Amino acid sequence: MTHLDAREPAGQLEDKWDSFRFDEKLLSPSNKRKFRILVVGTGLAGGGAAATLAEQGYDVYCFSHHDSPRRAHSVAAQGGINAAKNYQEDGDSVFRLFYDTIKGGDFRSRESNVYRLAQVSSNIIDQCVAQGVPFTREYGGLLANRSFGGAQVSRTFYCRGQTGQQLLLGAYAALNRQIARGGGRKGGVTMFYRRELLDIVTVEGQARGIVVRDMVTGQIERYAGHAVVLATGGYSNVFYLSTNAMGSNATAAWRAHRRGAMFANPCYTQIHPTCIPVAGEHQSKLTLMSESLRNDGRIWAPKRKGETRRARDIPESERDYYLERKYPSFGNLAPRDIASRAAKEACDEGRGVGPGGRGVYLDFADAINRLGKDAISERYGNLFEMYQRITGENPYETPFRIYPAPHYTMGGLWVDYHCMTTIPGLFAIGEANFSDHGANRLGASALMQGLADGYFVLPATIMPYLAGQKLSAVDESHPAFKDIEGQVNQRVEKLLAVKGKRSVASFHRELGRLLWTKCGLAREKKALTEAISEVKALRGEFWENVSVPGSSGSLNQALEEAFRVADYMELGELLCRDALDREESCGAHLRTEHQTDDGEAVRDDEDYCYSAAWDWKDEDTPQELVKEELVFESVKLATRSYK
Amino acid sequence: MNLTLKVWRQPSKSAEGSIQTYEAKDVSPDMSFLEMIDVVNDTLMEQGQEPIAFEHDCREGICGACSMVINGVAHGPNKATTTCQLYMRHFKSGETIYIEPWRAAAFPVLKDLIVDRSAFDRIQQAGGYISINTGCAPDAHTTQVEKDAADAAMSAAECIGCGACVAACKNASAMLFVAAKVSHLGLLPHGQAERKTRVLGMVEQMDDEGFGACTNYGECEAVCPKSISTRYISRLNRDYLTASISSEI
Repeated sequence: MTHLDAREPAGQLEDKWDSFRFDEKLLSPSNKRKFRILVVGTGLAGGGAAATLAEQGYDVYCFSHHDSPRRAHSVAAQGGINAAKNYQEDGDSVFRLFYDTIKGGDFRSRESNVYRLAQVSSNIIDQCVAQGVPFTREYGGLLANRSFGGAQVSRTFYCRGQTGQQLLLGAYAALNRQIARGGGRKGGVTMFYRRELLDIVTVEGQARGIVVRDMVTGQIERYAGHAVVLATGGYSNVFYLSTNAMGSNATAAWRAHRRGAMFANPCYTQIHPTCIPVAGEHQSKLTLMSESLRNDGRIWAPKRKGETRRARDIPESERDYYLERKYPSFGNLAPRDIASRAAKEACDEGRGVGPGGRGVYLDFADAINRLGKDAISERYGNLFEMYQRITGENPYETPFRIYPAPHYTMGGLWVDYHCMTTIPGLFAIGEANFSDHGANRLGASALMQGLADGYFVLPATIMPYLAGQKLSAVDESHPAFKDIEGQVNQRVEKLLAVKGKRSVASFHRELGRLLWTKCGLAREKKALTEAISEVKALRGEFWENVSVPGSSGSLNQALEEAFRVADYMELGELLCRDALDREESCGAHLRTEHQTDDGEAVRDDEDYCYSAAWDWKDEDTPQELVKEELVFESVKLATRSYK
Repeated sequence: MNLTLKVWRQPSKSAEGSIQTYEAKDVSPDMSFLEMIDVVNDTLMEQGQEPIAFEHDCREGICGACSMVINGVAHGPNKATTTCQLYMRHFKSGETIYIEPWRAAAFPVLKDLIVDRSAFDRIQQAGGYISINTGCAPDAHTTQVEKDAADAAMSAAECIGCGACVAACKNASAMLFVAAKVSHLGLLPHGQAERKTRVLGMVEQMDDEGFGACTNYGECEAVCPKSISTRYISRLNRDYLTASISSEI
């Protein structure tokens, strides 16, 4: 049985990061430039890491599948970023942010990682302000804060409703500054645009390079380095309909998994409670309405089943403000998993609103009466406009209709305290790893983790790996590169040779529908068992009947999509197997067999207090489950209550 | 609703392009413009034909990837709206819609509706940043920023880098794009140290990339999905002039 060592530093929780920093082997500036680091992805984690590593003197190669690093999907985050600044003097502290994050994750994350995240959170805000990120400010010129779900303090910093965009542009600017240095021997970052990672190259068991496709010419290219960093985001698009961008994909993580990086907790998929409901069969993605709306908006469903009156015509006494009713202390700011399930329950009872009855109201009438339309417009104007553009309805006059949608994946590549996967030299940061959010992520914590990993954690943890050993000289002519490139080319040819009748998107849509129905908001044994064989069957059909027109030697979007969907077909199966294996409910993972009479999740700490890391075997052998037992020394395992 | 699409198809950067005709049938008014094209593409692929290549990603108006000239207007008929957030309810059944890529010498077509906007990245690399290494920053509250300045900086920083301003301009000028970044950083106290080198560097790069000059038509602001004001262009001109003639001694 494989053993997982998280390599946590010894000592008290509060001292672990400091003692790690003191104990780590250092590299002098003149030695750093001898190491080439390949960073894949340019979101908050990847962009931040590439820039910082180059500032520190490493030779950095950075890859993006976009035409520009600025389009990475971090750009779409709306609400904000958490930090334990305690500027509001409302009782916040590093320990409270740590505790809220552990509790929000339903006690399924690693204490030491989460504590470090809370520790560096303040530095992130300082760094971003100095870069020129235009955070929203009070009239006195100081930074404003707001509240987010799962917290009773105001610790969220924000830039109107475009926090992700502004933080990303900060990282992008830092990256541009390093690109401008020229790269290579001149120092800085050598940037490779429109490149999609298609495989990882290992030599003597260590990650030493990547194979990518130039998405304009179709050329397959090899790049060698001393370490590889994946900052390639999450896998919500396995559900087809999600809040992720169309191009967000899991191929890099999945290819790494197939080369030996364990994939942890795939069943922890976050369903965001406040998204615009599906409008029809043609729908290509779902749009999120920031959680920050729950600061002032009130969520309700009609009390009566099959209600047909318009929202405004339903009297107060016939409305059910179910979050306020069920969770009086957190009310509309209950964590995401809880808010999502409560919406599903209301709709399952026949009390849903809008087309197909899959929606509930998010109502600003009270807030507009209390604060005035101008104040609401100042806080959320762009979100109101966005909603109106998409639905044609005016949320100042009629409440938003919202419904949960796949949004973020807490699961991902298993990493130790150093953010290193089970392949030595292969690191994973940001949403691509599994490390900090347990079974449920709190709002405004994804941006925090992305930048923490990118700016502060990875640059510190990669140094002892590079300093600690003699890596043999490997370049692109090494036979391992030729071998992997050959396998990539075979896969390209195989996809083009199917010449079937169904578009890639039609397979993706079917996979998504299947997973959403059987492994979505609520899961149970029978459906999961069925889903596993159905995903297998669909995968079989994909390889026999997919249509990928065009050639490999040119810009071919159908081919790009086919690579990604082929990997989702495998990931989808593991998602269901993990969900089936975890016979408990925790965070975003609800097994209908394990809940209280009033629908609250029932955790089983006796048997399931571990992270499930899945170890790839081969095409014909299912992954082996390897457990990382979670040990809680600083917090007491408690039943999560937001009542 | 049923529509006729006249779409620019161009196999590669060096190949000749032409307008091709497609029928889009049973289009729902609740579809986005891009979802309507998805449906057309699905049909093309099922017939073994290459789909219409177009750039898109977030589909919620923030990544700046989508870029179509629809009936002669960058991002189509709706104000302050990217192509991905344009819905078919704004069109009528039976209509013919012309769809073309951004047209500018500095944005060469790569395939069909996809253009190369890397010139924008190179302009940013020529000074669109504040030089501060990770870890060097003082506490965020060390410097207070006047709310009006912070708000004005944010309004400029909202630029999504889509390039509609260039596509709409008869001179293919990138002044609004450059003005947005120069103003965003120039309005903040943190951006003062490099204010002069930034504006000089970015404007020089803009000229080198082959973008045209600004002659104050204002088409850029009219099509900008973030409604970025041409007043920032005035600010850019002031900054540029000041930086060009001033000297420290």
